[in-house]
Amino acid sequence: MVVNCEKVWREISNYLEGDVDDNLRAAMEIHFQECKRCHAVLDGTRNVIDLYGDERMVEVPLGYGYRLRRRLEESTRPSRRTFLGWMVAAAATVLVAGSFEIARSSAFRRPESRSEHARSGSGVPPDMMVVVSTEGKLFHVAGCSFIHDRVHVRTIVARDAIKEGYAPCVRCMKKYLQADLRSPRPHELPIRS
Amino acid sequence: MPERRTSLNNPVDEASEELLIRRIRDGEHDAFYELIRPYERRVYAAAFAITRNDADAEDVAQEAMLKALKNLRQFRGESRFSTWLIQITVNEARMRKRREHAHVVEPIVESDAEGNYTPRDFADWREIPSETLERKEIREKLAEALSSLSDIYREVFVLRDMQHLSIEETAKALGISTASVKTRLLRARLMLRDLLAPGLGGTWTTRLHFAKGTKPW
Repeated sequence: MVVNCEKVWREISNYLEGDVDDNLRAAMEIHFQECKRCHAVLDGTRNVIDLYGDERMVEVPLGYGYRLRRRLEESTRPSRRTFLGWMVAAAATVLVAGSFEIARSSAFRRPESRSEHARSGSGVPPDMMVVVSTEGKLFHVAGCSFIHDRVHVRTIVARDAIKEGYAPCVRCMKKYLQADLRSPRPHELPIRS
Repeated sequence: MPERRTSLNNPVDEASEELLIRRIRDGEHDAFYELIRPYERRVYAAAFAITRNDADAEDVAQEAMLKALKNLRQFRGESRFSTWLIQITVNEARMRKRREHAHVVEPIVESDAEGNYTPRDFADWREIPSETLERKEIREKLAEALSSLSDIYREVFVLRDMQHLSIEETAKALGISTASVKTRLLRARLMLRDLLAPGLGGTWTTRLHFAKGTKPW
């Protein structure tokens, strides 16, 4: 087989790949020995492949590896972050629910007596109209001389006065308290509506 | 073709790579960096060959790695892991390029050049020693010559001659036939050879100092 320059140029890449049959390879090798131009093409092409195939030709920006690793770490972290997120969310839910529960129980809880010395008003008829003052701690029968702040008074039923934490005046309410000396403290009583 | 000299050729043992892949699939995601580490430079180079921009190439490389991690279960081991990874990178880079140049009128798609390529006639070729690659300006000039090639030639050349993928792997990664790879590869190699020859591609060669004080060409 005899090959010309054009055929050699067409096949030179395949020749370098080892992708030509034996006959063509032999013919090309004979041609390279005889043709200076084709020999120069072969040398140059081989040199190009060697130079560009060198790993020094693959340059990466400074810090590329570090940034890549960090990005990958960030991407593998979300599962942990999600778990942490769930934990935080769960804790927040417990807190919110807890505070809600506390608030709710406070709303329905019987208020403490306004005075630690006050007596329970459980013996007082609940529908009895009594007088309370804003700054005072006791509820009175209207006209009781022991009402201190007569300016800011209002009239409510005894049941509501007890709910608001007022205690019966031991003087004007005396007769209702005699029978109830051993009664439980206001916050221990059920609220009657 | 003789065995390539670079360490990029087959950087990892395939059995240990397979084991590593299994560990990652089983949930040990932290081991993924270990898996891709031998290929991080190659992935960047593949991305750069298409985007031709440092920032884009790095971004594409990162995205490609993340995609590989996400889709690792789809890797069937029918091809080398590196080929699969490069394929993802090529797709990612092409998508990026399309997205960023969406406003630009698409050029007519280049087809493989018809007819034969006639290499320029030089009396002889004096070898450019690989030691000269230590010099940054030489590497830059080579990169410049590579950049001047059309996309279709550059992509094939980078994957085959720089990434050392096989002809078949290159064809698969680029979604073209092996015949097209061969045609483009021939053209790319000959064009680069001509670009690096004396009198073409600038006067950079005059600064080289080779043995006996002569130019390499």
